[in-house]
Amino acid sequence: MPETKPVLMQGNEACALGAISAGVRFYAGYPITPSTEIAEHMAEKLPDLGGVFIQMEDEIASMAAIIGASIGGMRTLTATSGPGFSLKQENIGYAIMAEIPCVVVNVQRMGPSTGVPTAPAQGDVMQARWGTHGDHPIIVFSPASVYETYYLTIAAVNLSQKLRQPVIILLDEVIGHMREKVLIPEAGKLLVEKASDLVPSDWKPYDEKGLTPLVPFGFGHYYHVTGLFHDQYGFPTGDPPQVERALDRLHHKLEKNRDEIILTNYIGHKEPRVAIVTYGCTVRSARAVVTKAYWQNRLPVGLLSLQTIWPFPAREIEALAKQVDVIIVPEMNMGQIVGEVERYARGQAEVIPLNRYDGEMINPDQIYEQMGRWLS
Amino acid sequence: MALIEHLTQEYLRTKKLPHIWCPGCGNGIVTAALIRAIERTGYDQRDVVIVSGIGCSSRAAGYLNFNTLHTTHGRALAFATGLKMARPELKLFVIMGDGDCSAIGGNHFIHAARRNIDLNAVIINNHIYGMTGGQHSPLTPTGMKATTAPRGTLERPFDLLVLARGAGATFAARGIAAQPRQLEQLIVRGATHKGFSVVEALSPCPIAYGRRNKLGGAVEMLRSMKDSSISVERAAETEDAELKDKTITGVIYSFDAPEYAEEYYRSISDNKG
Ligand code: SF4
Repeated sequence: MPETKPVLMQGNEACALGAISAGVRFYAGYPITPSTEIAEHMAEKLPDLGGVFIQMEDEIASMAAIIGASIGGMRTLTATSGPGFSLKQENIGYAIMAEIPCVVVNVQRMGPSTGVPTAPAQGDVMQARWGTHGDHPIIVFSPASVYETYYLTIAAVNLSQKLRQPVIILLDEVIGHMREKVLIPEAGKLLVEKASDLVPSDWKPYDEKGLTPLVPFGFGHYYHVTGLFHDQYGFPTGDPPQVERALDRLHHKLEKNRDEIILTNYIGHKEPRVAIVTYGCTVRSARAVVTKAYWQNRLPVGLLSLQTIWPFPAREIEALAKQVDVIIVPEMNMGQIVGEVERYARGQAEVIPLNRYDGEMINPDQIYEQMGRWLS
Repeated sequence: MALIEHLTQEYLRTKKLPHIWCPGCGNGIVTAALIRAIERTGYDQRDVVIVSGIGCSSRAAGYLNFNTLHTTHGRALAFATGLKMARPELKLFVIMGDGDCSAIGGNHFIHAARRNIDLNAVIINNHIYGMTGGQHSPLTPTGMKATTAPRGTLERPFDLLVLARGAGATFAARGIAAQPRQLEQLIVRGATHKGFSVVEALSPCPIAYGRRNKLGGAVEMLRSMKDSSISVERAAETEDAELKDKTITGVIYSFDAPEYAEEYYRSISDNKG
């Protein structure tokens, strides 16, 4: 019995379909290159599923609308690109603070500002981490293929529901527009985790004891939702111990579920001397390098690809740095993740940035050349 | 008396009182009118949602015993649009201040009106940014003083209800805190109207607006508010010249047009069939 069927599709489409498979039934968005296809797929598909597609008046409203719909109990997603991602930041912070699940896709394009709308870049890594103000936690995925886009979108929806936490998908323009095969599970095979509808009568929206599922509005639990610091019932507080506890709560829920959140993948030599650490579409070039250097030439090299970039996979980097002499970090920006790698390598390995920011992908030769220097 | 007790028990979060508003503030009067109006609609408490933006008036949400959503500055209508589309059976009241709704939230206001989505906007207009201490808003009358217009603002205010009409809202009314019973009725009519309804409630802010402009205390402000207002029915029989400085109260206009959420759900069920 075939469990899956291969389908050729674009990255943006895979994102839309992954969202739908994970139960997303509400999309609000605003047109922006190179993410528009996600909105177009949702506009096409959601109505037939009884879902809602709405094109809002701007990026800010799109973000607000998905939060509103999530409070109503729907699974929601919006997609944008750099300029729109900037505009969404305030309400992303709101969703973090109010613990409202939602998924935000940023199909990155070259910036700053309007930049090159159709050129790929990985320039929003730090913005995805720190774009909204205040000391907030965030989850960010960075798929390396159309296939990963599909599955990471599903993971994003499920995690956001479970943790009541916005999840960001940083898609690369090349992935968004590339066509690849995806194995789509047969209907009914996908496990969509459902937050429990059965809540105890003493349910509190922000229970001090830990995570509770969100009870949507309209079911007789009269709680308050605000972006202000709040107590376990949602009411504003400025009381220092309560404020500190509330902020700790937001961070602890991610720390406690670290193993489920942090996704990485290692390929290559068992005892590498040189490792590449990268994410998103740059993984593809790095994989080509490892294929040639390790699988063909048996050189002591490896690749650690990061599907999750935030929270940063600190332990994985720490462990890797103990094994290798050198870590090469190729990125399509002026060096954003490399600082984190350096921080967690803790001087155990040399960390070498490899950057490209002309709107073109890093090609395998560039990485190969850098690697060769450290192997001779 | 019994009714007041019932309303207080059912619809106010008495443990959250006293409220943060200054003595003499009109926000409490408008909030009370809203509570009575909700009672009069007969809506199930579970179906009522209060959404608000940021500012003095938007703090009302925290005191009302419903599902309450205190959003970001200017964005209340955009949050409400998402919630209404997800759950069209809910009855949403959206409380905003004049700055919140007409400046930072202006875009959402015109598009909620354009869609004619069934949200009940209650805009508490005190002509000033109160929470931040008295800066001029798009509804501050020309010449009035504010901390950011110490010599009087040169900007021209606009009429929110004319804007609403131009943008497509199908119901607009104006009431004043000095006439809370009329305000209550207007909110009821807005709530029962299908489509986007706007109720503008003029309200005194003696602290951040009245004092700087020498308008007297709350009592004087309420009195002059009453003296300068005229009902829409009386205004119809009055010469234009006499109406120049008058505030017209009552239902300014109301008409029927397709409501967005209902149209959306109808269209998707048609497609399926
Ligand atoms: S500043 Fe004005 S609007 Fe704000 S609470 Fe005080 S009186 Fe009311």
